[in-house]
Amino acid sequence: MIRLRGIERVFRIGGEEVHALRGVTLEIAAGEYVSIMGPSGSGKSTLLNVVGLLDRPNAGRYELDGRDVTDLSDDEQARVRRERIGFVFQFFHLVPRLTAAQNIELPMVLAGIDPAERHARLARLLAEYGLEARSRHRPDELSGGQCQRVAIARAMSMHPGLILADEPTGNLDRQTGQEVIAVLERVHHGGGTVMIVTHDPEIGARAHRRLRMVDGAVVSDERSEA
Amino acid sequence: MRFADLLEFAWRVVRGYRSRTLLILLAMGIGVAAVVAVSSIGEGARLYVVNQFGSLGTHLVIVLPGRSETAGAMPGVLLGRTPRDLTIDDALALKRSPAIQRIAPLIVGAGDVRVGARVREGPVLGSTAELMAIRHMELAQGAFLPEGDPRHSQPVCVIGAKVARELFPGRSALGEWLRIGDRRFRVVGVLAVQGESLGFNTDEIVIVPLAAAQALFNTEALFRILLEAKSREAIAVAKADAEEILRERHEGKRDVTVITQDAVLATFDRILRALTLAVGGLAAISLAVAGILIMNVMLISVVQRRGEIGLLKALGATGGQIAAAFITESVLLALGGAGVGLAAGKLGQIVIGQIYPSVPFTPPWWALVAAPLTAIATAVLFAVAPARRAAKLDPVRALSRR
Repeated sequence: MIRLRGIERVFRIGGEEVHALRGVTLEIAAGEYVSIMGPSGSGKSTLLNVVGLLDRPNAGRYELDGRDVTDLSDDEQARVRRERIGFVFQFFHLVPRLTAAQNIELPMVLAGIDPAERHARLARLLAEYGLEARSRHRPDELSGGQCQRVAIARAMSMHPGLILADEPTGNLDRQTGQEVIAVLERVHHGGGTVMIVTHDPEIGARAHRRLRMVDGAVVSDERSEA
Repeated sequence: MRFADLLEFAWRVVRGYRSRTLLILLAMGIGVAAVVAVSSIGEGARLYVVNQFGSLGTHLVIVLPGRSETAGAMPGVLLGRTPRDLTIDDALALKRSPAIQRIAPLIVGAGDVRVGARVREGPVLGSTAELMAIRHMELAQGAFLPEGDPRHSQPVCVIGAKVARELFPGRSALGEWLRIGDRRFRVVGVLAVQGESLGFNTDEIVIVPLAAAQALFNTEALFRILLEAKSREAIAVAKADAEEILRERHEGKRDVTVITQDAVLATFDRILRALTLAVGGLAAISLAVAGILIMNVMLISVVQRRGEIGLLKALGATGGQIAAAFITESVLLALGGAGVGLAAGKLGQIVIGQIYPSVPFTPPWWALVAAPLTAIATAVLFAVAPARRAAKLDPVRALSRR
């Protein structure tokens, strides 16, 4: 599904070059459950952004579902993100003026999906993520766990094959974090590919494939059978 | 993204940031209201002048001796042509036209008007009884010149209000005698205070019968013939008839000029319309200021909503969609502002109308169309820069801040 070859990403910070990714070569098959761990500044988030087409590598090739997406135009990349990739962020990134339902609907609105179809999908998602009672509430009226469930429902609304979660539990207490991980694991059981960046070793250990990054390079790649 | 969804998205933003929305509505509203109010003052002034012209004499046609155009002459030969004079008989002949309601021949001169030891120099008009109706003059006291054959005259006169005041201070002028040159006239009427109209201050004139003026100034020639057409539609016919009758009487020579009040009015109309446009344009500057405010607010909004823009990109929004959302937002604000402004402008016009009821204040149609259109155009124009900035935002950096 994902095939990275020799990915380099260099940032310039105050005239100094920082190698966020050094020659990362990686293959991830469809339906894998992958965690990425490592110290701060090791390039975990940058790797996730490159995979999510939010960031362009300085060198290397990236194939998604057998298609080279490295040099796609911004608009084409936007389409790929819309249709194949769902994001979950540490700070939820819900639009504060929209209700939970409207936030979940947003990717479908951007994709220009027919309102009738949208509402049918929305009803299913609200039920699936246990948000029916909260659908008309705005983010400031929701708990952190509810916010993150809204964000996951939103990420799932376009049926993407790939879910990228950047520190999804970083802003939640332990118990709520466990619940959110459980929700993400349900997505994995449904056949989705899930990549989680995390600091929490316990959460990282639950994944079937565990990558460890140091200084922009993948230093270990462990697998355990599900 | 469907258009309805785009509108709804922008609408939620507009509703979501209330104070910002109110601020922009206020600025846009003031701009549009200024254009509407200022141009309706200009239009009111124009209509006021048009009405004033109407009060000078409706359907007025003026015949002048001489022709103000270059006639073809034999090469090398210079013809010293003097135009033929207009006479009383010319004037009376014009009554043949069915389109002409009234005529008033006019002689103008300056004379010393004396009462006892008081002397006053001023314009003296020679005319007939119909002058009063044609020029819409009003009397304060007494009667106007008597009807009758204009070739014969009685020794009577009608004087302006100021003349009466200065020559007969503290007493009634009616029935008193005054002297112009070597002739004596009895005052039969005093004009009401009217002020300037068509080149004369009617307060300062003395009107005597036509034949008397001819004798006084020792001339047969008329200065003007004033005609009143039967209706507005008859003005053109009256003009053509007057030209034709006088051409016949002058052995086929077209040696008079006939002007209509309409022509004069049209000139004034053009000038005042241009003036209204100019002041309306000045008011439109406030619309540009409102546009700049929109741009500033939008730029701030792009910075404030970085996270949201980054998120939209992560969710698959293209740069074009994000730019479209910002521009739609701006257009919505401009439409709202235009609505508020049109209402406020109308209100202002009503208030001014209450203060000056004699001036018919009304916004010209072009201002009602141009002001909102300018508002929307500036809104779009000034939203382009912020929208482009939003579209170009790097999603990773936009999302990395809280």
